[in-house]
Amino acid sequence: MSGVVLRADCLTRTVSGRTIVDDVSFEVFHGEILAVTGPSGAGKTSLLRLINRLDEPSSGTVWLHDTGYRSLPPRELRRRVGMIMQRPFLFPGAVADNLRFGPAQHGETLADHQLSELLAGVGLSGYQHRDVSTLSGGEAQRVSFARALANRPEVLLLDEPTSSLDEAAARQVESVIAGAVRGRGLACVMVTHDPEQAVRVASRALFLRAGLVIGIDTPDRIRDAQRAHS
Amino acid sequence: MLNALIHDRLMLGIVQALVAALLALAVVVFARARGVHIAGEAVVSMLRGAGQIVAVGLVFVILLRGPVWISPFVLAGMIAAAAATSSRRARHYPGAFRISLYAVGIGAGAVIALMAALGVIAVAVNSLIPVGSMIIANAMNANGLALDRFRSEVESHIGEIESALALGASPEIAVRPYLQAALRASLIPPLDNLRSLGIVWIPGLMAGMLLAHDSPVYASIYQFVVLALILASAGLTCTIGSWLISRRAFSPAEQLIMRPPVRELSRAQ
Repeated sequence: MSGVVLRADCLTRTVSGRTIVDDVSFEVFHGEILAVTGPSGAGKTSLLRLINRLDEPSSGTVWLHDTGYRSLPPRELRRRVGMIMQRPFLFPGAVADNLRFGPAQHGETLADHQLSELLAGVGLSGYQHRDVSTLSGGEAQRVSFARALANRPEVLLLDEPTSSLDEAAARQVESVIAGAVRGRGLACVMVTHDPEQAVRVASRALFLRAGLVIGIDTPDRIRDAQRAHS
Repeated sequence: MLNALIHDRLMLGIVQALVAALLALAVVVFARARGVHIAGEAVVSMLRGAGQIVAVGLVFVILLRGPVWISPFVLAGMIAAAAATSSRRARHYPGAFRISLYAVGIGAGAVIALMAALGVIAVAVNSLIPVGSMIIANAMNANGLALDRFRSEVESHIGEIESALALGASPEIAVRPYLQAALRASLIPPLDNLRSLGIVWIPGLMAGMLLAHDSPVYASIYQFVVLALILASAGLTCTIGSWLISRRAFSPAEQLIMRPPVRELSRAQ
């Protein structure tokens, strides 16, 4: 189908005899945010980690455009499929150093104006020289987001990016995510335990329970289905 | 006083050992009176220690009469035993013994061989084996510390390491700060030994040379030589050991596999 950027094909992961992701398939389109929702322990994070090969699927694969991801070198795959973790895990030093880290891994230098644009995009203009230890939780998560964007990814994986933030900071991060994904035409998979957040941010949602896909639909229908299951 | 009464050195040694053991037992009795019960453990430890060191002495009686070429075989056995001991620090990870064997074998073995070839360590059995054993023992400690520290650094910085991988970093870049921390930590003991040499402690080798009526100046210089060799071999050993274990920390697809086995399942609970 045209516009498909990423396709997960029968992804399964079994650890110590227990299946934590079970035959999961979905597609993500250009400029789309697909929310992955479900209760704690549903396998949401485990699924996300399979998509950029931080973990290896026991079976199944992922297609990036028309390329099977095992045919891509892991570093190239991870540059093209960026990931933002639940906690920002910034590297010690200045904000600028964090943003320059990704491009430096493939021999690129982030110019000052590019750095300023990235920070402006996440509402942190002038933060280049700030030490990351002085940032609030919301600011750190936005720096983490800008750091992933600095790699110019085609796909973004977001693992509960607002779960440790207060309501106001969470809304700011949501707005930054929605703006960047749609503005840059990225394909985005966002894990969230909050069906309301999926309704606010995503165009489709995938409901996962015990590693299995229960349904893929509009976020409000998935929210209703999730309520019915709980 | 004992020297004046007993002229046979073997008998003198036995009596000196008995006097020292009696003093240790007196302390044990005193500790018992204070409610600290270590009598059984102390007696067993003393008997075991005495047995082991006398056995080593008897082995040396044989070795000292043996040819020079026997030393490399004895040192190789010591290296294998050292590798087995220090690999226990990373026993959950595959290939820990082999990594330790390469690290201690190259780290200590190369230093001993080079220094023996240059004449810094005499090749005589009574010099090469004791000095070599000191170098191997310290290489073993450094390797064990490096493996243990690297493992704990990695396990406590999984998020940072995977964040770096997720940004397209190589495994070497992702673990570099933790490798450096492990190397620094494992080199603290030999560095401290050198720093405090002569002020805080007079090491056994120098004490032995003084007891054997060697020149105090030469004894002190030679002690420095041995400690410098220990630092060199420890540095080389833990560099090799931690580099090898860092390569084992990742799968061929550059996924971090050095992590507590329960972590993923507990996340999916």
